[in-house]
Amino acid sequence: MAKFEKANSVGEWLDQRLNTTALTKVLMTEYWIPKDINFLWAMGVLLAVTFKILVISGLFLMMYYKPDVNLAFDSVNYTIMQEVAYGWLFRHMHGVAASVVFLIIYIHMFTGIYYGSYKQGREMIWISGMLLFMTFSAAGFSGYMLPWGQMSYWAAMVITNLFGGVPVIGDALVVWIRGDFNVADATLTRFFMLHVFLLPIVIMGIIGLHFYTLRIPHVNNQKGEEIDYDAEAEKYLTGNKKEAKVIPFWPVFISKDFAILGIFLIFYFYLVFFHYNFAMDPVNFDPADNMVTPAHIYPEWYFLWSYEVLRGFFFDVGPVKAFDIGLAAFGFANVIFLLLPWLDRDTKILPAHKRPMFFIWFWVLMADLIVLTIWGKLPPTGTNAWIGFAAAMLFIILFLVLPIVTKIDAKKRGE
Amino acid sequence: MRELKILAVVVVLTLVTYWGVEPFAHSQMHPHVEPANYNFAEADKETTKEAVTVAKEALEEAQKENNEKDIHLAQVEYDNAVAFEKTMTDFWTANEEVTSLTGNAENGAVLVQSNCTACHSIEKQGFPQLMDNASAAAAYGVVPPDLSTAGKIYTKDYLVAFIKDPALASKVSHKFVDGKIHPMPGYGWMQPQEIADMVAYLQSISPKEMTNKEVFTDACQRCHGIKYGDMQGGTMAAKTPNENIKAYMGKLPPDLSQYIRSRGESYLHTFVNDPQKHLEGTAMPRVGLTNDAEVQVVKYMQEVGDSKKEQREALGPKFLIYLVIFAIFAWLWKASKWRDVH
Repeated sequence: MAKFEKANSVGEWLDQRLNTTALTKVLMTEYWIPKDINFLWAMGVLLAVTFKILVISGLFLMMYYKPDVNLAFDSVNYTIMQEVAYGWLFRHMHGVAASVVFLIIYIHMFTGIYYGSYKQGREMIWISGMLLFMTFSAAGFSGYMLPWGQMSYWAAMVITNLFGGVPVIGDALVVWIRGDFNVADATLTRFFMLHVFLLPIVIMGIIGLHFYTLRIPHVNNQKGEEIDYDAEAEKYLTGNKKEAKVIPFWPVFISKDFAILGIFLIFYFYLVFFHYNFAMDPVNFDPADNMVTPAHIYPEWYFLWSYEVLRGFFFDVGPVKAFDIGLAAFGFANVIFLLLPWLDRDTKILPAHKRPMFFIWFWVLMADLIVLTIWGKLPPTGTNAWIGFAAAMLFIILFLVLPIVTKIDAKKRGE
Repeated sequence: MRELKILAVVVVLTLVTYWGVEPFAHSQMHPHVEPANYNFAEADKETTKEAVTVAKEALEEAQKENNEKDIHLAQVEYDNAVAFEKTMTDFWTANEEVTSLTGNAENGAVLVQSNCTACHSIEKQGFPQLMDNASAAAAYGVVPPDLSTAGKIYTKDYLVAFIKDPALASKVSHKFVDGKIHPMPGYGWMQPQEIADMVAYLQSISPKEMTNKEVFTDACQRCHGIKYGDMQGGTMAAKTPNENIKAYMGKLPPDLSQYIRSRGESYLHTFVNDPQKHLEGTAMPRVGLTNDAEVQVVKYMQEVGDSKKEQREALGPKFLIYLVIFAIFAWLWKASKWRDVH
């Protein structure tokens, strides 16, 4: 055992046992971040804060929520919203954060794509990030079901039905997931467990992994520049702060994050108090009714793009059913982003504006995703169906041509 | 500068997406309806005329397709629409005669007491309810309303129309076909002066002021519950028992506790004014509320369904002021830390 001497302060006492000085250096004051970054790099901290808001507000909601089909709706809309002191505040904070967290995730994700932050050595950052996106999606979906409103119920119906498309075991799988032949009490209680325990724990684990993956390849920067971190850190530590290309995470980098967080929180709480409706579908204020189908069934806005890919293929092709084509496309849409590091064949890490073809590819993808999102909510009839089909096809084609596009860019630069 | 440009791009993309999935999608999924109109004669003129136009277009469409069966069906629809337009025009023209007369409340008292109190209570005038709610519902299908406040919450035109022909006035004549009749008989056989007198009486006994809750109770609660109005006491359940109202209406009328949030204020106004506008063929009658009474009904739904609105609106600005202060300090701290590195 190490030798312990009498400590003169609590800090010293802890340092002897936990090596807190070294730990703060590694995690904070000598964890180096490139100086050449813009506010888009603050999205990670915004996400961490939003997730924290979700966990804390969720804990308060859980104290009063009843995961029972007969009680769930009233426990949310009456007990929490009207009886519990400031229950409405926690519910609105939770509901709005659940929506806003996806907005920030998407900004974070497309920042990564724009600046090529998923490439050469940073693959694990990208993959762990995408895993986070997937678990957040699962958490969002399972949470959406809990108030047991009309849209909760029918969204659960539609999504669990999708598993029926799995060959051979499909039907049995649907029953297994629901825990019943229908979306019912068993489904609600297991989704409750997933939403309040299993998925948050998994998310916390992957957040840890995601942070850890940054350690070795370090954070990317605006120019995609290779930085010799040891040399630059040395400059900084010797006092040459202006020339050093790096800054410590604490307090320099985090001070910028906090400033941006300040702006973000104003926006977020404005939504919480004055515009919470955007995050809560009015249909969901009707209690679930398995005898009445809502006129239009659609998911929350952040799933609309992949939902539209799913239903964009609305006609049978030969012996293949439309449902199966859509399902395959949906599966494609949900895993293809994971493979991005290998689809991008460019040999360099560069921001999109330095890669002419990729630059076009990126903005076409953004436009396509917005079209998919908007048409994902519209009734899929007439022209809408065809626009959805075209946008879904374009989405798939974009990923098929990505290796070619990126290769051309590299060649043009003479590599 | 560069960061501001990036921010502008992010904001624009976010707003475009927001516009698409909120206001735009909403406009596509919810067809526009005409605003509420409390002149029911005029409102009916417009809607029946529109129905004729729609039926005519459908007929022309069918004729173009040249499918005999479709043409026949469209022709029947069109003839019905034209006939109904005439029925309504005649109905309101006849009512006008009554509305233009000056009623005698004293004479009306005798008429109401001898014709109406067999089924309706008028508690304020000492005519109690003769049966409990369950028995009344079993007898009539739905609990008949107390008439103490009818003169206040319904428009005069509507009262006249309703006394003469309840099904036409409340726009549910489509329900009472094939021998089915409205539980309240029409009093079209009375002299115009007599009807005018009865309406004058109802108006003379009605209170000057009513609370939002009282208006809701008299206008809606015979069929609809609003359980969050008194969650523990349960007094805000519908007065007609579930099985009776279900049989009478065809389905259980929904509890209205969260309707202020699921439907929103403007929908509720057009809906209460004329349920057929949003739900064609619905069994819900046009209640005939005055503009003021309808505002009170929606206000009550808001008091019940969104009871923390005031607290929310009071707390919001304080929260935001605190956050602005936080943001200012955060930017000052940032400026002090980054001064050295640039």
